[in-house]
Amino acid sequence: MNYNWNWGIYWQASPEGTGTYATLLMSGLMWTIITALCAWVIALSVGSVFGIMRTLPSKWANFFATCWIELFRNIPILVQLFLWFFVLPELLPKAWGTALKQLPNAPFYTAVIGLGFATSSRVAVQVAAGVKALPRGQSMAGYAMGLTTAQTYRYVLLPMAYRIVLPPLTSEFLNLIKNTSVALTIGLLELTFRARTMQEYSFQVFEAFTAATILYLIVNVFVVMLARQLELKVAVPGYMGGGK
Amino acid sequence: MGSVLSTIGRYLPAPTTIFLLLLTIVVAPLVLGPMLFTLLGQVVSVIVAILTFLIPNFDGDVINRSWQYLFLEGLRFTLMLTVYATVLGVILGTILALMRLSGIKALDWFATGYTTLFRSLPLVLVIFWFYFLLPYIGGWVWGLERPMQVGAFNSALITFTLFEAAYFAEIMRAGIQSIPKGQAAAGYALGLNYWQVMGLVVLPQAFRNMLPVLLTQTIILFQDTSLVYVLSLTDFLGAASKIAQRDGRLVEMYLFAAVIYFLISFSLSLLVKRLQDRVAIVR
Repeated sequence: MNYNWNWGIYWQASPEGTGTYATLLMSGLMWTIITALCAWVIALSVGSVFGIMRTLPSKWANFFATCWIELFRNIPILVQLFLWFFVLPELLPKAWGTALKQLPNAPFYTAVIGLGFATSSRVAVQVAAGVKALPRGQSMAGYAMGLTTAQTYRYVLLPMAYRIVLPPLTSEFLNLIKNTSVALTIGLLELTFRARTMQEYSFQVFEAFTAATILYLIVNVFVVMLARQLELKVAVPGYMGGGK
Repeated sequence: MGSVLSTIGRYLPAPTTIFLLLLTIVVAPLVLGPMLFTLLGQVVSVIVAILTFLIPNFDGDVINRSWQYLFLEGLRFTLMLTVYATVLGVILGTILALMRLSGIKALDWFATGYTTLFRSLPLVLVIFWFYFLLPYIGGWVWGLERPMQVGAFNSALITFTLFEAAYFAEIMRAGIQSIPKGQAAAGYALGLNYWQVMGLVVLPQAFRNMLPVLLTQTIILFQDTSLVYVLSLTDFLGAASKIAQRDGRLVEMYLFAAVIYFLISFSLSLLVKRLQDRVAIVR
C-alpha cells in the first residue's frame, strides 16, 4: 500500500531514446495542440457553412443542414473516429482503401477530419443561433440597400453574428482540445496517450497524470485569456457582453 | 411520511408524469419486457436489412448472432452507468451549486475550484486518473495492506459521477439564479429556514426550469460513457468492439453501434425539444 513518489522522473531518460520523460510529454502536448488547431479550421469552416444554411430561407438548405448537425451530434465522438479509421477504408474502392491504410500519420489525419466534422455540428448550431439572434431589421436593411442575400450575409449579418457567438465558440474550441484525447484510441500520440506511455514505462502513474493535468490546465487558461482579449477587441457596443 | 411524499412531489412535473414514470420503471420490465425484446429484435432486423442494402459485402449475420449480447450485456451497462451517474451527478452538482451560492468563501472557492478543474480536463484523462487512483484511496481509507479492488463498474460510476457533477453544478447554478429573488424572500418571510426555502421553494422551480438542459447533458453523458472503452469495459461499444475483433467484422459492428447510438440520442433529443416547448408555455 505504499506508492513510491519520484518527482524527479520527468528529467530521467525515457526508454524511447528520444530524450527525457518531459520531452515525451511535451511532444504529446504539441500533437494535442496541432490536432486541435487543424480540426478547428475544418470545424469552423464547415460549421459556418451549415450554420448559415440553417438560417437561409431555402427549405432544402435548411433540411440538409439539420441532417448534418443531427448526424454528427448524436453519435459519440469515439464511434465517429472508429468509423473514419476502421470502416471508411473498407467501404472505399480497394485501391483507395489500401492507400488510406498505408498513409503515414493516419491517426493524425483521421483525428483532424473526425474531430473537425464532429465539432462542425456544434459550431453550426452556434453560428445559426448568432444569426437568428439578430433583429429582423438587420437583414431587411441589407436587402433594402439592394444587397443580394450573399452580400447581406457577408457585410451585415455575419460580422455581427460571429462577434456575438464568440464566447460559445471559445468553449467549443476548449471542448475540441479536450476531445483530442479521444483520438488516443486510434493511436494519436497526444498528451493523454503520452502520459499513459510514461506510466507504462516508469510505473509512476500519478506523476505522469499530474503533469498532463497541469499541462491541460495551462492550455485552458491560455486559450481563455486569448479569447478574453479577442472578445474585448471585437465586442459590439450596446450589447450586454459588449463593454461600454 | 406524508410530508416526505409531498416534498418529493414538488420536484416532479405532474401526477401524469409520475404515473408514466412508474409505468416505464415498474410495469414495463415485468409485463412488456419480453414483448419489447421481440420488438427490439424486429427493429434490429430492419436496421440490418437497410445496412445490407446500402453497404456492399455487408455481413448481417454477425449482428443477427450477437445483438442479444450487445443489448443485454453492453447496452444494459451503458444505460445503468448513464442513469446512476446522472442521478448521483445531479445530486452532487446541486450541492456544489449551493456551495457556490452560499456566500461562505471557503465553500465557494472549493466548489469553484472543483468545477473549473474538472471542466478543464478531458474525460479520458479523468477516467485514467480514477482508475489508478481509486484503489489507493480505498486502501488508504480502509487501512488495507494493498490497493483495494474497486471493480470496473464502480470505478466508472465514481468517475462519471464526479466528472459530470462539475457540469451539472453549472447548470443548477444557472437554474437557481434564474429564480426571482422574491421567491426566496417570500419563503423567509413565511418563517422558513434556509433548507426549507431551498428544498421547498427554490430548487423545485430550478429543476423544472433546467429540466431540458439537464436532459441534454444526460444525452452527452450517455454518449460519453462509450469512453470506458479505454478501460476495456463491456459497455455497448465495448461489446460491439469485442465481437468485431473476434469475428473480424469491424465494418458491420461499428456501423451498427453508430446507428443504435444515433437512434437513442436522436429520439432523446426530440423528447427534450418537446419538453422545452412545454416548459416555455408554462412560463
